[in-house]
Amino acid sequence: MKDQLLQDGKAVGDRMSRVDGRLKVTGGAKYSAEYELPGLVHGALVGSTVAKGRITSIDTKAAERAPGVLAVITHLNSPKVPGFAAKSNPDEPPAIGQPLRVFYDERIYFNDQPIAIVVADTLERARHAAGLVKAQYAAEAHQTNFEANKSKGFLPTQARRNPKSAQNDYTRGQADGYQSAPVKLEAEYWHESEMHHPMELQSIIAHWEAADRLTVYDKVQAVKGTQRAFAKDWGLPEQNVKVIATFVGGAFGNGLHNWPHETAAIIAAKVTGKPVKLMLTREQMFTMVGYRPKTWQRIAMGATKDGKLVGISHDSVGQTSTYEEFTESTVQQTRMMYAAPNVTTRYRILGLDVSTPIWMRGPGEATGAFALESAIDEMAHLIGMDPLEFRLRNHTDTDPEKNRPWSTKYLKECFQAGAERIGWNKRQMKPGSLREGDWLIGYGMGVGTFGANRGAAKARAALLADGTVLLQSATTDIGPGTGTAMVQIASDALGLPTDKIRFELGNSLFPQAPSQGGSSTVNTVGSAVNDACLALKKKLQELGGASFANVQPEQLTLADGQLGLKANGGPRLSFADLRKANNGQDVEVTVESKPSGDARQNYSMYSFSVHFAEVRVHTMTGEVRVTKMVSCADAGTIVNQKTAGSQMSGGAIGGIGMALTEGAVIDDRYGRYVTRDLASYHVPVHADAPPVEVFFVNKPDLLVDPLGTKGIGEIAIIGVAPAITNAIFNATGKRLRELPVTPDKVLLA
Amino acid sequence: MNPFQYVRATKARAAIDARAADANAQFIAGGTNLLDLMKRGVMTPQRLIDINRLPFDRIERQGTGLRIGALALNSTTAEDRQVLERAPLLAQALNAGASAQLRNMATVGGNMLQRTRCPYFYDTALPCNKREPGSGCGALEGINRMHALFGFSDKCIAVHPSDMSVALAALDATVLVSGPKGERRLAFGDLHRLPGDTPERDTNLEPGELITAVEVPDSAFTRHVHYLKVRERASYAFALVSVAAALSLDGTTIKDARLALGGVAHKPWRLLDAEKSLIGKPATEAAFQEAARVAMQGAKAFKHNQYKLKLAPNAIVQALKNAASAA
Repeated sequence: MKDQLLQDGKAVGDRMSRVDGRLKVTGGAKYSAEYELPGLVHGALVGSTVAKGRITSIDTKAAERAPGVLAVITHLNSPKVPGFAAKSNPDEPPAIGQPLRVFYDERIYFNDQPIAIVVADTLERARHAAGLVKAQYAAEAHQTNFEANKSKGFLPTQARRNPKSAQNDYTRGQADGYQSAPVKLEAEYWHESEMHHPMELQSIIAHWEAADRLTVYDKVQAVKGTQRAFAKDWGLPEQNVKVIATFVGGAFGNGLHNWPHETAAIIAAKVTGKPVKLMLTREQMFTMVGYRPKTWQRIAMGATKDGKLVGISHDSVGQTSTYEEFTESTVQQTRMMYAAPNVTTRYRILGLDVSTPIWMRGPGEATGAFALESAIDEMAHLIGMDPLEFRLRNHTDTDPEKNRPWSTKYLKECFQAGAERIGWNKRQMKPGSLREGDWLIGYGMGVGTFGANRGAAKARAALLADGTVLLQSATTDIGPGTGTAMVQIASDALGLPTDKIRFELGNSLFPQAPSQGGSSTVNTVGSAVNDACLALKKKLQELGGASFANVQPEQLTLADGQLGLKANGGPRLSFADLRKANNGQDVEVTVESKPSGDARQNYSMYSFSVHFAEVRVHTMTGEVRVTKMVSCADAGTIVNQKTAGSQMSGGAIGGIGMALTEGAVIDDRYGRYVTRDLASYHVPVHADAPPVEVFFVNKPDLLVDPLGTKGIGEIAIIGVAPAITNAIFNATGKRLRELPVTPDKVLLA
Repeated sequence: MNPFQYVRATKARAAIDARAADANAQFIAGGTNLLDLMKRGVMTPQRLIDINRLPFDRIERQGTGLRIGALALNSTTAEDRQVLERAPLLAQALNAGASAQLRNMATVGGNMLQRTRCPYFYDTALPCNKREPGSGCGALEGINRMHALFGFSDKCIAVHPSDMSVALAALDATVLVSGPKGERRLAFGDLHRLPGDTPERDTNLEPGELITAVEVPDSAFTRHVHYLKVRERASYAFALVSVAAALSLDGTTIKDARLALGGVAHKPWRLLDAEKSLIGKPATEAAFQEAARVAMQGAKAFKHNQYKLKLAPNAIVQALKNAASAA
């Protein structure tokens, strides 16, 4: 039977459904907590009830006596983790400081810090016994109040150590040169910490298969990075640590760091000699894993009356813990987005007695864009100009930060497409002009950008006996549809239909790949898959002997169970014969792929997005409803319109949460969150999600990678929050500079 | 979660006796709130008496009203034809509560016995007089943006969370109770308590008493009604403020009115004076504004819930406008 290749022979660009979609919707996909191992037991963590101080005593007797309990482990009886003695762990993303050393000593760094793990034969028994552990503390005065401590923000150590670090202060033109402009504004912007609440709770099964061999089924975004971190912690050769993360139920950055509960489970498995499953509770997700840090920003901006930016100054202070310096690129977008001659940025962090933050989708840029794109809108209003026109007047066709060309930039195409689709011509310059019954209607926009990054990755490609090709790489899929994209890329590279290709990921035994983060997986791993497929084809060509010797590789296909030419006629050789020529073995290659040449030195590479929002604001109750969104992206080649579209609309809805509903609140008297469940911490629900129309420019950027992709995940959310708050201003004339914009803030503004 | 015994009652009398005999027992019906509280260690019953098999799930006409069994599901009740015809305000309030999944589990009796969502009540590491009498009120000087404007004490400033209860308070419902000492009827306004010095007691039910039904009397409030709930997202969130508004109109003149607030007190907050101020007036915004002004007399806000002093009267006006214009 003949293979059905796509009509134009291109799988890339097709709206292919997810290769694992059926598994996911039928419950067939196995997540970290779902592996059934013989003798599996359950862990439950006990959290501290003070924010700072020392544990003076800890009573575990009642817990130890409770039915089914196998072990209660605290700092008093925990086996020593060899790596904890070392001063720092450079494999971890926050380069300065040290991840919390769980059960290491009596110190308490934040409220709800894990102080004990109870292991029992059932989850219920473990959780009950965890409630019986009673600790006494010598509490010390803690600082969790950001506002009160803001002035203590400091330049990150990595910036102090390295003058080239992007976290250093930046100036082009005159420092604070905005001051000389005829029209000036200054404004402060705040947002509360935003918590990671993917559908799948953070979970791990830790299993010591031998005294020196550890296997973890762990919800992570980096299987290799996790392998290295745990190997180092436990003084093991890397190959003795196996990390499996075949399916990840949403991660958004949360899986880019290893958290205390993971090591707690590994310790518990060591002590009990059994595989230990540990899943955080929803409440523990607020404290035992990272979050988008609470951040203060100030923008000062100057422009001419005819809409030319004179200068922008952007100051920011972001929250971190006292034991790790978490940093992000909050002010980066301000340096390169607009053609302002004078730009100054200053980034500081503030260590509080809280747990360490981590990246959350569109990490610092989403935070920074809220301030920058709000201020742009404010300035446009001040000079009486349409904010879209104001952005066009300050558009730049070269990177003003690095003074070099963009690899590609199709932001203007995004502006035009988005403005048409949202109906920007309905927008009135005067706020409060559009009304329907008790609802005011407004339109707003916000621009986003994120580096089109590409790293090094390896992929293995093998032609199997059944005529299918198996690809493997140690990347992960936190939801975007990585396997699907890889199969499409491989299909085009091999000339083999997608249903004959399988892509496996999420296993540290597979060839090296970086974490899934920073919108770089298709750029990085996709390139490796492409290269591995081309190398496999070349190897098959060699095995094909003399009759294939003079054929151009791009003329070759693997369709119909044979190596042949795309054109009719020419040599043909069956897979069986090729295997025979390979001594009956699978024909297999492993290839490393990384950026080459000096393109990355000569060009600035970014994805761009613009989001348009239509909102309604209730005049009496202050409720805000986003009634329509249009998200447009210049993200290079779109490998799969369907999954990429889902990523964009998911980002837009995440942005609605950032703008309107999500904010974690601490009672500073106790240093403890009072929003500790999904009833008090509000993520958007279906009723909050409007139709999101997505537009892709879909033009390749071949300087980024051979496929021309630039990355989507981050730009899907960057710029969404200001699009919404700008629309609220257009609807009401009220400028909301503190997220989330809940009805009380609208009402009192 | 505490280990607990589970018994399934098939007769009301047996359930009541079992509960009366054991101070550490709790009835369980839908369990949508109780199980959460048990998982968080806020409630630690040693015995659960499952009452789901008791014959209290019917919704029927009785005399000059509707009798809704305590075990009728929230979703069933909200969709019931008689409820929609005779007490549409109740249906609206039910549908404003929780999510479809929860309404499919939660019962009418359980809904009115929901406990407050005050975060200090929910976190056993923080003080709360309702959970642990004498430990102090964490919210009083704490994060109190969700808290009360009326009827609070220095022991407790929490609010009652149910939407359904706000409508039942407005509709002058009666609660039917069966207990160790027999049966009794409770005006809905007498079911819930103000916190006073005993915030640990949410209601005036005695130990062992079981709600078997609620009666909603026939009224003229079958058309011009509106339940307005203001919350932080479009669905599935507790009210910042909610309003149950019902008008009986003669042309444009208000013959009778009912008004109650949710999210502002330890019980559904019926606004009798505001109702009186409406009667005989034309159904205009000016009359609604005056009712809102009367309604807010005596309101006192804390550090973080000042906005409610503006939101509550606005919501009253809006709910009355919506009720008046309801087709």
